[in-house]
Amino acid sequence: MYHKEKSIQIKNSASALYNNLSVLRIAPRRLTYFTVVHANVVNMVSASWDGLNYSHRQLQSKEPNVATSTSLIMQAAFCVLPSRELLVITSQKGIQMYESDGSIMVYWHALDTPETPSEVNYVPAQAVFARGISAVWENYICVGVSSGSILVFDVPSKGSNITLSEVLEEHKESITDIASECSGSQQCIADLVSADDGGNLCVWKSGEEFQLLNKIPGFDMSCSSVKLWKGTVVAGYGTGQIRLYEAVTGILHAEVNAHARWIYSLDIAPFSGLLLSAAEDSLVRVWHLTVSQETNSVEVAHLHNECVTDTQICGARFCDGDGYAFAVTGYDLSEIIRYTQT
Amino acid sequence: MSARTLPLVFVNLGGEMLYILDQRLRAPIASEDTSDKGVWSERDRRRVLNDVTATLFGPSFVDELLKPQQLYSHRTLKTVLTRLAHASIMRLNPASMDRLYELTTMAVKHQVLLCPRPKDLLLVSYNHIDAVRDFVRDSPAVLNQVDQAHRRIIEVPAGSGIYSRADFRSAPSWSLLPQVYSSMSEGELQLLRQTLLVFFQDMHVRVSLFLKSKIQNPGNGRFALPTSGPVPHGTEVPGLIRTFDRRGREVRRSEFPPGGSYSRPAGGGSFGLHGARGTLLGTNTYAANRPEETLASRASAQTGDAPNPLAKEELNLLARLMGSMGAQDGAGAEGAFRISMFSPDDEEQEAGTSKEAEAFEVISIQATQDEHVASELAQIAGQFSGAEEQAENPCGNKGDDLLAMMDDL
Repeated sequence: MYHKEKSIQIKNSASALYNNLSVLRIAPRRLTYFTVVHANVVNMVSASWDGLNYSHRQLQSKEPNVATSTSLIMQAAFCVLPSRELLVITSQKGIQMYESDGSIMVYWHALDTPETPSEVNYVPAQAVFARGISAVWENYICVGVSSGSILVFDVPSKGSNITLSEVLEEHKESITDIASECSGSQQCIADLVSADDGGNLCVWKSGEEFQLLNKIPGFDMSCSSVKLWKGTVVAGYGTGQIRLYEAVTGILHAEVNAHARWIYSLDIAPFSGLLLSAAEDSLVRVWHLTVSQETNSVEVAHLHNECVTDTQICGARFCDGDGYAFAVTGYDLSEIIRYTQT
Repeated sequence: MSARTLPLVFVNLGGEMLYILDQRLRAPIASEDTSDKGVWSERDRRRVLNDVTATLFGPSFVDELLKPQQLYSHRTLKTVLTRLAHASIMRLNPASMDRLYELTTMAVKHQVLLCPRPKDLLLVSYNHIDAVRDFVRDSPAVLNQVDQAHRRIIEVPAGSGIYSRADFRSAPSWSLLPQVYSSMSEGELQLLRQTLLVFFQDMHVRVSLFLKSKIQNPGNGRFALPTSGPVPHGTEVPGLIRTFDRRGREVRRSEFPPGGSYSRPAGGGSFGLHGARGTLLGTNTYAANRPEETLASRASAQTGDAPNPLAKEELNLLARLMGSMGAQDGAGAEGAFRISMFSPDDEEQEAGTSKEAEAFEVISIQATQDEHVASELAQIAGQFSGAEEQAENPCGNKGDDLLAMMDDL
């Protein structure tokens, strides 16, 4: 169904982080951007569709104009809003937003660290970081925090006047991933889902004040990657299982014993309903989802497997809305592996 | 990322180091160094193991490890491990220390990578502690120290609170501190594992022992990840899709090809002070083998970012760790033996294909020489090697060894 294409070499290897690959397709310029996190650096590659031109850029996570050491990055993701596209990078210190080509940083938000007692060189026992990034609706970008909070940023259609609009306090454990659907003009009942280290899922409706529609309890196992499509939450867990829930009711539609190890990445091609799952077990799997909103039923069919030998996969994304091609990253691997439909 | 990595890092790296020291000190050493006193006696070997173990599991050292802190660079870690290795009558030359560090880090990288579940990282650590207990079984004082440290590690607070130095000292008993390593959630343990994986990233040193047992690929130095075998506890064997109706009743089952041959999980391991751990990761793989060499490979340098002088926090940590290991035993230093553990001649013989034969560069842990840093480290190291320098051994210049080593870093 798919065959391997020529890989893209990147400057550093990928780190073992959830959802460690982001892809942005720029049709007018016949380019695709890829970002992969390596420790405290984001490697960005811009690849032309004819396969002839590759340009590289590296971004570090640090406060503007401050010469302190950089911190470890947890995630980098492209956020597509109707009016603009931004690259969001989250780390132990804070959240940065860049123009999508990585050229200019437009916003920096420092994370609150707990009050420092008199002790010098104090380090909180609980890890502090931001993780989980998603664009929602017309003008919001949501970012999760290790405390369980979700920061909602209001993004104007241009310029750097980005503001923190709301903080959602519903999760009690570290946020792992956030996903949305129906950005732009489409209307949905639920347009945002957030997941945490306990496997708990929160379903939201975005707006000036975000509304919590539903909470789906976890089973003490981290949900490392989550997606929302046609009102269905697709969640990947550390046990290697994928579960499909109806977002607003929490009804379990399907359960797949998908992988033998921790799932690190899920992606959905919205126009075709193809689902991509990747895990530490070296396997990438392609599935087909059929969601019938009339009969409220969901079907999952397995289509294809790819094995990346001796590699714990940490990122997998479709390169286009139909799922014609997908890309994969793995721990310690200095390349982005690509597959295209035969 | 995780601020709870140090105790596990030292238990595992320290444990691997003890395995290697134990094995090497049994073997007859053929050294061109005339100061070497020949084959090590059983008594001397036991002494080295006891001394290193006592230092590694010493209460003040464990105190320092248990404080929440970031995992710093290889440079800092190597400095501390060097100090640990020299806690007794044995001295390693810089090349040997380099290779010892490579062997131990590659071994722990393998263990961390192959842990079926993040929680199994604790079982791997306990395997190391169990083996170390066995090394020092004839020394009740040291054995007791290991037990105490093991208890404290099991009871490391998971991070619900924020502890200052004052809290640690005034706590009535470490056993009353809430939450334990073993009650950290899988998600938190996975974060810890991911932090360790960043630390070990891009290390692909070929280790003969691993190559021989097919744990590591000679071509790219990557560890072999099998797509078969038992799945971890809590995971189902892949291959099943279940669909449910709105009432939660299963309406369909279908199967798909898993692309590997998996089986149900094996028996579990014990997370307590004693018990079978249920995994071979972290056990002494050197015991059954004759001394093996590492083959230095042409792997890339560890750090990709611009060189930074040691951050102030990193230096502080280093100073605290070194200080907590106590002054070295001046008397013991008199009879110190210098050994070269990994003779370059043996490496030549071990070289299999011509591909390996050409790649004999020593791995550089740090991409650049930093004079300022070297002198900072030397200064700190110097504070703690002062005692031994007075009791100069006629055949050795151990103080110089330590300082020379710092310059190499």
